[in-house]
Amino acid sequence: MSHVAKSRGRGGFIAGFLFVPLALYLTFVIWPYVQTFGYSFTNWSGQSPTFDFVGLENYQALMEDEVFLSAIWHNLLLLVFVPVITILLALFFAFMVNAGGRGGAGGVQGVRGSGFYKIVYFFPQVLSLTILAVLFGAVYRSDEGGLLNGVLIKLGLVDPQKPIEWLNEPKFVLWCLLLVVVWHGVGFYLVLFSAAMQSVPKDIYEAALLDGAGRGQTFFKVTLPLLWDSVQTSAVYLGIVAMDMFVLVSTMTSGQFGGGPDHHSEVMATVLMRNFLYLGQSGYACAMGVVMLVLTMILSIITLRATRRDRIEY
Amino acid sequence: MTTESTVIKAPGEAAAERSGDSGRTDERDKRRSEGMALNVFSHGFLAVWAILIVLPLIWLALGAFKTDAQIGGSALSWPSNWHFDAFGRAWSKGIGDYFANTLIVMVFSVPLTMLFGSMAAYVLARYPFTGNRIIYYFFVSGAMFPVFLALVPLFFMVKRLDMLNSYQGLILVYVAYSMPFTVFFMHSFFRTLPTAVHEAAVIDGASHTRIFFQVMLPMAKPGLISVGIFNVLGQWNQYILPAVLMQPQSSSDPERYMLTQGLVQLQYQMGYETDLPVLFAGVTIAMIPMLVVYLSFQRQIQAGLTSATLK
Repeated sequence: MSHVAKSRGRGGFIAGFLFVPLALYLTFVIWPYVQTFGYSFTNWSGQSPTFDFVGLENYQALMEDEVFLSAIWHNLLLLVFVPVITILLALFFAFMVNAGGRGGAGGVQGVRGSGFYKIVYFFPQVLSLTILAVLFGAVYRSDEGGLLNGVLIKLGLVDPQKPIEWLNEPKFVLWCLLLVVVWHGVGFYLVLFSAAMQSVPKDIYEAALLDGAGRGQTFFKVTLPLLWDSVQTSAVYLGIVAMDMFVLVSTMTSGQFGGGPDHHSEVMATVLMRNFLYLGQSGYACAMGVVMLVLTMILSIITLRATRRDRIEY
Repeated sequence: MTTESTVIKAPGEAAAERSGDSGRTDERDKRRSEGMALNVFSHGFLAVWAILIVLPLIWLALGAFKTDAQIGGSALSWPSNWHFDAFGRAWSKGIGDYFANTLIVMVFSVPLTMLFGSMAAYVLARYPFTGNRIIYYFFVSGAMFPVFLALVPLFFMVKRLDMLNSYQGLILVYVAYSMPFTVFFMHSFFRTLPTAVHEAAVIDGASHTRIFFQVMLPMAKPGLISVGIFNVLGQWNQYILPAVLMQPQSSSDPERYMLTQGLVQLQYQMGYETDLPVLFAGVTIAMIPMLVVYLSFQRQIQAGLTSATLK
């Protein structure tokens, strides 16, 4: 490569190829990121061109903003439950699909129709979150017309006179949203784990079965350790999803940019957007953006550390 | 991809059959029946989840054929009329326009993303120069930050350029925000391409630009397809960026909502007008292209997104 790369017109070519991508990226991504830090120390409203430097005032106000603090708490709850539930279900199904078949002696095989299951499970992943929001808005409807209430009434578990107001019930609202995220994500992680499982050489399973290991043991002692890298990656990705949640909360729950009832489903992103686009507190919203960044960074580092294992070569 | 057809006999099994060792045969029978039970068990669970995925989607599509009263009355009712008029109303309520808006933006944003992303990745992957690593990490680090961090200044940046609620504004922003992943992925792809072809092209007197477009880019086609799928899905489903940038600035401004925004808009509107069949029809219309694209390319989509995540 080296003598090729040193040929004529090289400098101009490099500059020419990098100029447009770099200019776009700096203008619309990097510069706004940097500006956010600056604005977070001001009382800028967004409307007026003038603003004052207020130091750490926004950050102090954030520490006392109960709506924002409850939003952080909700994000943290989701951050624990979204990855754990999604990954457990995905691992369970992936193991079923890849090793749940009529095994016979020694042979480990997938269930019949494993390809079909993968196609069906994965489909929600290509739907936009707004489609999911409308779909589950209808599923969670507070009258008999909602799919969930309708089924529960049919089963006699819910009183037809008093159907449950899923998204208006402070106790339920966050968990209803969590179910949507899990419904959306399981198929994707199933396919991800399947791909990882299939890259594990067959003879490792054979050896384990010959040594008398049951399916359960095989899973925990053989499959899981070999999949650990993908599980770790998934945890980080799902963590990022749990830190966001903006689309679902803002479109499915009550209130300006969602968060209802009475802030019981508030997440950081919805508080930020309300302060920015509705309350005209751009500086304050920027401070929230910075807090979101710091929390995301900390959590990624914790996840990577907590799930660190020795890499297994095969 | 599937393992259903591969049954590998354990070496011990054949040996056990030959020697007629009864203890081993028992052991094998036990395991076979365990396999049977597990098979039923796994099919049960797998089928339940499959139903949980498919049922709500079918239920929603059926809702487009019901009347509003029927939707509110009972969830489990069967549509009484099979008229398609809700689809027509949904289309004229704006779904058609939102669809067109999304297509207009993506016809430009996806090819430009692929072009600029590949150009930057190619130079960074194959031309060592001072500052190469810094620029590379500059590009890639963007993937780590939540988009919310940039929203406020981004809005004012686009406003200053006078591109709020304009297609070109959103196109440029989509391209910029797709850059980290595209550069990251294509960078690793260009690195794996052989040098010999490049050298042969140089000896033939081809310029750097020509080599890129006529030799390297065609060779990188598998990578381009993977990243392309990822970008198509990502930009088609994007909601936050258009929600901030694509709002009419005055009452005389046209609505240039993307499809995702349009659905949310339709949800509010139909809540007031109590015409839920239109909403369900609108969502069904929005879902059908994704279903068609998915079923036609499901292998590539699954493989593309999986490898993209694991890289």
